[in-house]
Amino acid sequence: MTSQFDPEQAAQFVLNVGHSGWLGMQYRASGEDWAELTLPWREDLIGESERPVLASGPIVSLMDMASGLAIWTRMGTFQAIATLDLRVDYQRPARERHDVIGRAECYRLTRSAAFVRGVAHDGDPDDPVAHTAGVFMALPGVSRDGK
Amino acid sequence: MASKHPELPPYARSLGIGLDSMEDGLPVLRAGGDNITEGRPGFYHGGAISGLLETAGYTALRMALADAGRTARLKPINITVQFLAPAKAAPLWAKARITKLGRRNANIEVECWQDERSRPRATAVMNVLLAAED
Repeated sequence: MTSQFDPEQAAQFVLNVGHSGWLGMQYRASGEDWAELTLPWREDLIGESERPVLASGPIVSLMDMASGLAIWTRMGTFQAIATLDLRVDYQRPARERHDVIGRAECYRLTRSAAFVRGVAHDGDPDDPVAHTAGVFMALPGVSRDGK
Repeated sequence: MASKHPELPPYARSLGIGLDSMEDGLPVLRAGGDNITEGRPGFYHGGAISGLLETAGYTALRMALADAGRTARLKPINITVQFLAPAKAAPLWAKARITKLGRRNANIEVECWQDERSRPRATAVMNVLLAAED
């Protein structure tokens, strides 16, 4: 990666593998300090045996990835970061057969920490499924794909 | 312990989470650490860790309600996860403690560990609403 960080290109790199790849997350949009990803509806991500409600775990995964992408976008580089703390406040269940969109904004970046807030919704950003807040740490000297 | 082995929801099963054992009447859950839980190569994704913690919390709560002869629909209020150390791609265990079991809500603490039980990889606090079954 050079100094010009391309969120869409980076998203291909991190979203197609491992846990994110299994969930099928997709890049949607980004700006100066924010990024948006889509989590497509899937039957086997239901969190209750009796009702067709998306589990909350995938929403945490979605917001964690959207937060990371928002931080890299604001940093302008693909530095290794670690999630320190992530909080999700669930507003309502996501609707059946709806994709969930996660938007995260890195509102403060210091040398070692990044502060992120986000919203997950299933179509209408003004009627969110969840609000999130997270703190991430920069890992100097650690490349993202090494340890 | 009157409770039967709990049935895990589709999400937990497709993520490869299973009931490992019972300990002091509380379930210990286990994730395998294969490719679908991986974030940074060789390590768990934070979202997969959170999914395991949350599943352990709900499983413990369902069993506690069943033991108390209660039925309720569980609605998540919130979860806060603290990521303490990277979890390597290998078995990861999680166990919950029900801090409060009230009439309308419950508070649960969960932690997960690998080789050293005394050095948790992540912890979580969950608030859950106990709604009447419809």
